[in-house]
Amino acid sequence: MPHTHTHTQDTLVGLFVAAGIASLFFLGLQVSNLSSFSHSNTFEITARFSNSGGLKVKSAVSAAGVKIGSVKAITFDQKTYESIVKMDIDDQYKTLPDDSSASVYTAGLLGEQYVSLDGGGSSDYLKNGSKIEITNSAIILEKALGQFLFKSAEEKKAPAEEKKGKK
Amino acid sequence: MDNLNPTQDSLVSVHNLTFSRGERKIFDDISLEFERGKITAIMGPSGTGKTTLLKIIGGQLFPAQGSVTVNGRDVHHLKRDELYTLRKRMGMLFQSGALLTDMNVFDNVAYPVREHTHLPESMIRSLVLMKLEAVGLRGARNLMPNELSGGMARRVALARAIALDPMMIMYDEPFTGQDPISMGALVLLIKSLNTTLGLTSIIVSHDVYETAAIADYIYVLSEGKVVGQGTPEQIKHSSSEWVQQFMNGAADGPVHFHYPAKEYMDDLLHSEKSFQPLFSRQRPPSDRNAKRKRYS
Amino acid sequence: MEFFHYLGATTRASFTKLGRSSFFLISILAGISSVCVRPRLLLKQLHSVGVLSFLIITISGLFVGMVLGLQGFYLLSRFGAEETLGVMVATSLVRELGPVVAALLFAGRAGSALTAEIGLMKATEQLSGMEMMAIDPIKRIISPRFLAGFLSMPLLAALFSAVGIIGGQVVGTGLLGVDDGAYWSQMQANLDFRGDIINGVIKSIVFGFVTSWIALFEGYDAIPTAEGVSRATTRTVVNSAFSILGLDFILTALMFGDN
Repeated sequence: MPHTHTHTQDTLVGLFVAAGIASLFFLGLQVSNLSSFSHSNTFEITARFSNSGGLKVKSAVSAAGVKIGSVKAITFDQKTYESIVKMDIDDQYKTLPDDSSASVYTAGLLGEQYVSLDGGGSSDYLKNGSKIEITNSAIILEKALGQFLFKSAEEKKAPAEEKKGKK
Repeated sequence: MDNLNPTQDSLVSVHNLTFSRGERKIFDDISLEFERGKITAIMGPSGTGKTTLLKIIGGQLFPAQGSVTVNGRDVHHLKRDELYTLRKRMGMLFQSGALLTDMNVFDNVAYPVREHTHLPESMIRSLVLMKLEAVGLRGARNLMPNELSGGMARRVALARAIALDPMMIMYDEPFTGQDPISMGALVLLIKSLNTTLGLTSIIVSHDVYETAAIADYIYVLSEGKVVGQGTPEQIKHSSSEWVQQFMNGAADGPVHFHYPAKEYMDDLLHSEKSFQPLFSRQRPPSDRNAKRKRYS
Repeated sequence: MEFFHYLGATTRASFTKLGRSSFFLISILAGISSVCVRPRLLLKQLHSVGVLSFLIITISGLFVGMVLGLQGFYLLSRFGAEETLGVMVATSLVRELGPVVAALLFAGRAGSALTAEIGLMKATEQLSGMEMMAIDPIKRIISPRFLAGFLSMPLLAALFSAVGIIGGQVVGTGLLGVDDGAYWSQMQANLDFRGDIINGVIKSIVFGFVTSWIALFEGYDAIPTAEGVSRATTRTVVNSAFSILGLDFILTALMFGDN
């Protein structure tokens, strides 16, 4: 083809391709979690919960509200009937005390569940393969509600009986 | 039909060709010879499949039976790249010109050269200008196809067809829809290209006078058969009624004015079963039964 | 009886067409190697297929994102979950609306144009003419267009999603007062690169492939008359829309089934 008025065409195609690729980068880096963690720079710790609730793989692990890692795997121990949760913690958080406790919390009333690490007082730190001994299980909403209703029913019952006795 | 003159030097020969489209036989066992360096015309009324014949010769369509040899090679038994090599030496001028609409005249003529050769651009330029000069359109090189008249488009297409110096050119209805001046120009052009370049030309046409003026040999086709052949002089004095009707342009004769149909009066008086007035609510009962039967 | 006869004939015709289009696809794919030798052919088609769809995709993406921002806000604020607006907008765009709506727009804008162009080239004997010049129209005309459509689609879909996310942000944080930090951080925490972005891109690649294939085949297979080409153009848009939506269901079931 001759070289007449194809230069603008080239430029436009170039701009188009650049815009498309920029969008892909935008989606990858700004929109998704590609930039947040890379798996090479993490160490693994394990915790046992009597109930890990709605925790899922890739759920957040946080300390004092800051995300420091993510859940890698959740398995069921057939002997102890416990849930074994493996977590990847980012390498930069090397100074977490090894007597830290792990709890499964819910972000907001309907939000996702996450693992929260609360620091202890030990001078030894969590390292690759460490196990967390102190754990608080997930609060199961139905159980909590059930207990609450049961309690309040009993409380109601008691004053009613008192009234009966008076009459 | 056997070759009339087996000693002649044929560039293209068609042997016992049969080709059907659906139920209809377009060609029924025809044989044609196209002599090297001559202008051979195929004539016949519209709808006799003349364009189809060119497409069969060019290897775009495959015949049901029979064979086509071009320069000693059987077109329909060639491998794909062999066919393409052969086609480089076969030019074809389409009725519409078939110019590529997204490039100008110059690039259109240069297109096959650029595709098939690795000539430097300066050589392509002189080659293209030579070809355009031959058709008298060197000045139109920067026009786009939509700016050309029908006759000019055909001449550009002709320049493109001869760009690779083919051994033959097939013209598909070159004179149709042309004003007398461009018709005259095309007639002269075809004749002069044939002599100066030593081309073999095949013209498919129903323009009797123009074709007869330049053709060396004429085949007249009708309903899939060759109904007459010979030099223009022989054809003019042919004893065949078909040929006479065609050459003189009589409205009726062996080729009827009417498309085959049943008797006119019959048709008018008796409505066909499938044709019923759309809004007639009261159909005769027999008719209604007939309809019900069809769906049961 | 007539009905069954008709049904049989139609079924058979559609299978024949499927067969023809499959052979056509094979020859397109075979012709792609020769496009690589002539990048200028591809560039020209990237211009007419991609660049010319750029504007419609960007503007549509912006508006779709803004509507998602509005609707999402009204819905989420009922549950007091406005800060997850970013997640909602981004997930619906990246997973579904980006690939699907961009592909539907692409079929309407570029697909119909491709069919009409090829159909007219056939009607004006340009394709036949190229064949007689010993130039393979599949290699020179069809394959470059196919490749351009196939390459443009994921770029256009990504553009659509990106612009839409920004549109949602403009409405959500600019007009409705959602926290800007929450918009982005919730999005980043909840969208997975492989699971969401890559799957969305795969979808759009599939849609680009199918739409270009349908558009080019309908053009190449069109009856070479004005009416035939116009019918073929309509068929391109209709068949592309069906294929895109049907395939979207299948792909979604395959990709996001285990979440």
